[in-house]
Amino acid sequence: MWNYEKRLQYPVKIKQTNAKLAKVIITQFGGPDGELAASMRYLSQRYDMPYREIMGLLTDIGTEELAHMEMICTIVHQLTRNLTPEQIVAEGFQDYYVDHTLGVWPMAASGSPFTSNYFQSKGDPITNLVEDMAAEQKARTTYDNILRLVKEPDVCEPIKFLREREIVHFQRFGEGLRRVQDQLDSKNFYAFNPSFDTNGRCQR
Amino acid sequence: MAGYDKKKLLYYINAVSFAVDDSKLFLDTHPDNKEALEYFDNYNKARNRALNEYAACFGPLTIATAVCDRSYEWANQPWPWEMEG
Repeated sequence: MWNYEKRLQYPVKIKQTNAKLAKVIITQFGGPDGELAASMRYLSQRYDMPYREIMGLLTDIGTEELAHMEMICTIVHQLTRNLTPEQIVAEGFQDYYVDHTLGVWPMAASGSPFTSNYFQSKGDPITNLVEDMAAEQKARTTYDNILRLVKEPDVCEPIKFLREREIVHFQRFGEGLRRVQDQLDSKNFYAFNPSFDTNGRCQR
Repeated sequence: MAGYDKKKLLYYINAVSFAVDDSKLFLDTHPDNKEALEYFDNYNKARNRALNEYAACFGPLTIATAVCDRSYEWANQPWPWEMEG
């Protein structure tokens, strides 16, 4: 169950439209290291996680990623609102416009549509948490790449906030991985898969 | 109810909510940290108070705090992605 809160996690108010920038930033909505993939990855991985505090971590970070997705969509929307046909052509937005008008649709900046191939739910706690840590770093790199292209403060500030959250989430997933390993055989963390080789015995 | 500035109250809600979001994640991996638990509890209470005050003065940000004696403000007030939101 989820409840909606009618505010952004960090405010977005962009005065000047810029369709070129929107085409880059949309990648953090539906791209390979975007917020939609992040949220679906963590929320999918919760169910067979055999440690309750890691179920909590995946739920809470997966939920925060939905709020980040909303911030990215708001940035894309505000950068493209009220564009005229002339501006659409001048800013190279016609290929997106012809398929989606000014609607916000999950895709990568390089053109691919969103796909669940962007993430894994592997059914193994160590594998999943290592993927989650890598995902946070890939998103952080993407935000660094975006920040080299953006100078406008009203776009930069929310992007910088999102970048910092990737670093915090990386730290928390690292702590989660340590807490999982603390409950396994320190001589061989891979002796068995605690999500599978335990005959349903609770690891909590 | 008088004396609240709508923008300032929303800014305050964003700030205390962030403290709640961040300390919640910290507590997920440090559940026995008493200092973090106290920090979380203080900001969570402040956030709940502020959400109720905002709903009473300006309309609801959450369905749980909606006051329905005026009109159905939940859907008719600006949404967060609007410039007025």
